[in-house]
Amino acid sequence: MSFSDAGRTIDAIWRIESPKLIAGLTRMVRDVGLAEDLAQDALVIALERWPETGIPDNPGAWLMTTAKRRAIDLLRRNKLRDQKYEELTRSAEWYTEEDMDRQLDGEIGDDLLRLIFMTCHPVLSQDARVALTLRLLCGLTTDEIARAFLVAEATIAQRIVRAKRTLSAKKVPFEVPVGAELKERLGTVLEVMYLMFNEGYSATAGEHWVRPLLCQEALRLGRVLAEIAPDEPEVHGLAALMEIQASRLKTRVGADGEPILLMDQNRAQWDRLLIRRGLAALNRCRQLGKPLGPYALQAAIAACHAQAVTPADTDWVRISALYEALSRVLPSPIVELNRAVAVAMAFGPLYGLQIVDAITEEEALSEYHLLPSVRGDLLFKLDRFEEARLEFERAAALAKNSRERDLLLARASECIH
Amino acid sequence: MRFMMIVKGTTDSEAGVKPSQELLDAMLRYNEELAKAGVLLAADGLQPSSSGIRISYPEPGGKPKVVDGPFTEAKEIIAGFTLIEVKSREEAIEWALRMPDPHGGGQAEIELRQIFDPEELSSDENKQEKIKGQFRL
Repeated sequence: MSFSDAGRTIDAIWRIESPKLIAGLTRMVRDVGLAEDLAQDALVIALERWPETGIPDNPGAWLMTTAKRRAIDLLRRNKLRDQKYEELTRSAEWYTEEDMDRQLDGEIGDDLLRLIFMTCHPVLSQDARVALTLRLLCGLTTDEIARAFLVAEATIAQRIVRAKRTLSAKKVPFEVPVGAELKERLGTVLEVMYLMFNEGYSATAGEHWVRPLLCQEALRLGRVLAEIAPDEPEVHGLAALMEIQASRLKTRVGADGEPILLMDQNRAQWDRLLIRRGLAALNRCRQLGKPLGPYALQAAIAACHAQAVTPADTDWVRISALYEALSRVLPSPIVELNRAVAVAMAFGPLYGLQIVDAITEEEALSEYHLLPSVRGDLLFKLDRFEEARLEFERAAALAKNSRERDLLLARASECIH
Repeated sequence: MRFMMIVKGTTDSEAGVKPSQELLDAMLRYNEELAKAGVLLAADGLQPSSSGIRISYPEPGGKPKVVDGPFTEAKEIIAGFTLIEVKSREEAIEWALRMPDPHGGGQAEIELRQIFDPEELSSDENKQEKIKGQFRL
């Protein structure tokens, strides 16, 4: 094996092993920054040795044993608390390959889950949670994270260093929260993943080629979480939502980078495998027999679209009902606006217009071009052309994207008879 | 990037001999490991080729020829597949190396093939260049 081949292979092993390694080490040393340093040290040793000795049969166990030896050396040197040192020396020997295998099912999954709760802890800013999670749970380099977010590498590096320091200073425990706290903290974890996913999903044309990385990582983490926290319905709900949305990733942007709306996408190019996975995840969520949460409801709506062979097959009645349920668990004028569109499609534009008219005064929507755009469309369908024209013009004035603005102005001129 | 790990047929798999409990357990654990790493997309085993059908086109532009199984040459037969989504070719190889030995009595073979991205099938050269750039990242 040449040196560079070995390097790439070790990179791949690092990607597979590093989250487990860092999680296991954090459990031992109770400091995520130190755990990452120890894991990195083990990686450096592997990079020196493996090109000569060949890759060990169980590289994960090798890295863990090496990192633990480093930890003991370090603790011995720093004369840290005796107890911690004792604990480590005692546990250093039992980390054999069989242990590694045995623990795959239980303990490692638990450690990973604890680590996710740590990197998504509310003491950290939203940006810091995302960066730290990508670094420690996805094994991305700071350079990769920086590229994905289109910011300087130094910014990300600093963000991560600060996040680790904050976790240490605030003595954030390495544990899965229980009881009422679990629901709230799980919400934060899911939010981080969905934020990551959307950051990649909403990428504009120029960035199109770099940012899918974020979608892929969020999706992968969502799948991991579904395996290690299988009793939480919203975990499956989010996984389902991301799988189904990802199934349309390739069809949502045209050749020139222009966005293609759901109803205009080429459905033959939707990724059937991801749709199938999304529907399966939604099913797992339903089988838990609990009321559907916001992610599961959004996934159920996405599933309706995914299952419609043509736009005309869309089950708008069902989508209307799902939006209604969603607006109960997650009251928001944006959800209401979406519900208005679904209701108009299901029962006629007049019913949709009634819902829109109820939210026109919403402060949150005052700059939102889709409100007048939807209202204009409904008025147009009701043959109220003059009112429709005014709405389209107002929408055009609010639209930030020139392509959208042109489209809205074209619709406004259609209203003149 | 997606890869298909293809487990080739063996005399046993073609004869419909069920895998040992030990191998089944190992496969189950392996699939769990893939799932927990978030890389597993799909995995299935195929029935022996005796229930398979081959459709060939011996004459260009001619009618297809339909032949019922079984087919000879076990190594050309697929016994099962696992689809994974990973970040690099090396990561795919690493996962494939961790797949349990299919116990083929010396015939066992796992083939790793990368799946075409829909974009890669595009004839748009500009896009092709961008894809290559992306893989370099």
